[in-house]
Amino acid sequence: MSEKRPVKIQVRGLSKVFGNQPMKALELRNQGLKRPEILEKTGQTLGLSNLDFDVYEGELLVIMGLSGSGKSTLIRCLNRLIDTTEGSIIIDDENIPTLSTKELLECRRRHFSMVFQNFALFPHRTVQQNAEYGLEIRGIDKAERTQTARNSLKQVGLDGWEDAMPSQLSGGMQQRVGLARALANDSSVLLMDEAFSALDPLIRKDMQQELLELQHRMKKTTVFITHDLDEALNIGDRIILLKDGEIVQIGTPEEILTAPADEYVERFIEGVDMSRILTARHAMRPVRATAREDDGPRTALRKMSENGLDSIYVTSRDRKLVGLIDAETAERAVKEGQQTIDALFIQDFRSVAPDEPMHNLFAMFNDKSFPIAVIDDERRLLGVVVKGAVLAELAEAGDN
Amino acid sequence: MAIEIPRIELGDWIESGLDYLTGNYSGITRGISEITQTGINGLNDLLMWLPEWGLMGLIALLCWRMSGLRLGIGAVLGLSLIWNLDLWDPMIESLTLVVIATLVAVVIAIPVGIASALSERLYRVIMPVLDFMQTMPAFVYLIPAIPFFGIGSVSAIFATVIFSMPPAIRFTTLGIRQVPKDLIEAADAFGSTTSQKLFKVQLPLSLPTVMAGINQTIMLALSMVVIAAMIGADGLGNEVWRAIQRLRPGDGFEAGIAVVILAMLLDRLTQSFRKTRKS
Repeated sequence: MSEKRPVKIQVRGLSKVFGNQPMKALELRNQGLKRPEILEKTGQTLGLSNLDFDVYEGELLVIMGLSGSGKSTLIRCLNRLIDTTEGSIIIDDENIPTLSTKELLECRRRHFSMVFQNFALFPHRTVQQNAEYGLEIRGIDKAERTQTARNSLKQVGLDGWEDAMPSQLSGGMQQRVGLARALANDSSVLLMDEAFSALDPLIRKDMQQELLELQHRMKKTTVFITHDLDEALNIGDRIILLKDGEIVQIGTPEEILTAPADEYVERFIEGVDMSRILTARHAMRPVRATAREDDGPRTALRKMSENGLDSIYVTSRDRKLVGLIDAETAERAVKEGQQTIDALFIQDFRSVAPDEPMHNLFAMFNDKSFPIAVIDDERRLLGVVVKGAVLAELAEAGDN
Repeated sequence: MAIEIPRIELGDWIESGLDYLTGNYSGITRGISEITQTGINGLNDLLMWLPEWGLMGLIALLCWRMSGLRLGIGAVLGLSLIWNLDLWDPMIESLTLVVIATLVAVVIAIPVGIASALSERLYRVIMPVLDFMQTMPAFVYLIPAIPFFGIGSVSAIFATVIFSMPPAIRFTTLGIRQVPKDLIEAADAFGSTTSQKLFKVQLPLSLPTVMAGINQTIMLALSMVVIAAMIGADGLGNEVWRAIQRLRPGDGFEAGIAVVILAMLLDRLTQSFRKTRKS
């Protein structure tokens, strides 16, 4: 990810001081003082200090930090909802801090749409009218904005809800409206300020997944703020870790996990649920035996008993997974004198890709407890995961 | 040991200030007076021209549509009582004064309220002025009104407008300031201009509060219109005033009850505007 990529937003030397004597605070900062000392000496809060980073075209950049780290300030500096104290933010050759009021309006309309933590939907407007807002203030004509807003509502799965009021929707749906409002604008950058933090965990997970899919489809440059490392690791192409208004580390999720820049990052990572980082590959066991789809039930049964299995995966000639058969079914087929097993496959087995996070595997073990098949892109069977192996792997990770 | 502290001649100063104003600007105020008087007469004549049962029917219909059958029936009963007590004409005169004073007050108050919501500096100037306007005893406004506008209904309107305007300003300011910060931020983030933000977000969201302010203004206007009988305003107040002078408590209460009925109708009706807008 570190190779040269087109830069969408270039941030250099960005600082923000809250208070009436910002220069004094910056002077102390330049002498090497940190936020608490500056606050004590001048009464000024150093919100952001000398940040340098790029946002690449089409990436999903996560800015993460605890409360007070300056992440909300940072995202608001990007579209100048908060004025910066020093530094440059360059988007398509325009330096945002120096734009005139009129240029700033234009810049916001063209480049930025924002999704907010508490949705910030307009309660007096219908879902449709909310989604149209950005287009409406740009003076787009009625027919066109209706169509555009409708499309973006459809993209977030809200078709049919156009005439509802926001208060009639659940939190998750409200945030979809927020997202649709941002997407309808077709701005070049999407700013998401703790967009999923107010949602309950399950819905949050879904929304993350949907955002990833949308992002994959539309390749929209996205800056996503969160305080949740799990979320950051799950969705970020790259992550910027902020602490006390300074950047601690910039890197891909892997880089941050494998080479934490300092103690602060390490402590952060300790809190990460290991089951999210470990994948199916870690718990996968080689397949001891498979049946072929043109085998008879007797052959399948023999392969099972030879290997001490209750069930066996069935593959085609070119080793692609086609199904699963268990001993009971095979036995019955033998008694009934059937010649092939291709009509007897059990359908409710699960298959996953090798990089499926381990925590997703738990839910897949149904009561029959067939092993989960791990398959590659071409549905070739790579291995199987049994329930015990998942637990063992997690226990081991917990010990380290 | 008494130290001689000269008395501050506050009253003299105010009087000379008012004298100066009346001396130089009474031409203008008399002009305004005539226009206002024409408006009052016009509305009064229109309402008087309608037969009692016709106007009563219209008001009852409005109450029914806006609020419900209960208020509609209430309007018929209340207005019938006023008619029966021979207080119909004074009631119309009072209603006219209230309507015109409220219109003038609202037309001034809403822009001022918006301006003081958007400008912190203006807010700091306006709020003490409003406190002053509201706590100054209402009668005091009547005195300077006379040199400016002469005895009669226009002076009553002037005093009523000043007395009843503060809540409309206050509530408008409050309503706009109460719009959640994140909605303002959202409007800004999408690149709204100041006026787009005002008309598409701030005003619609503050409407229920603004309506509550207008409701208050109407109530205050009604109470002031009654007091304004002292400077020759027509209407129910005049009936009360006459009852005081003749020491006839029965007449006084009859007119008083008519005021209460009018107040209740106006109050419920404006409240129902608020509710229908909200939902």
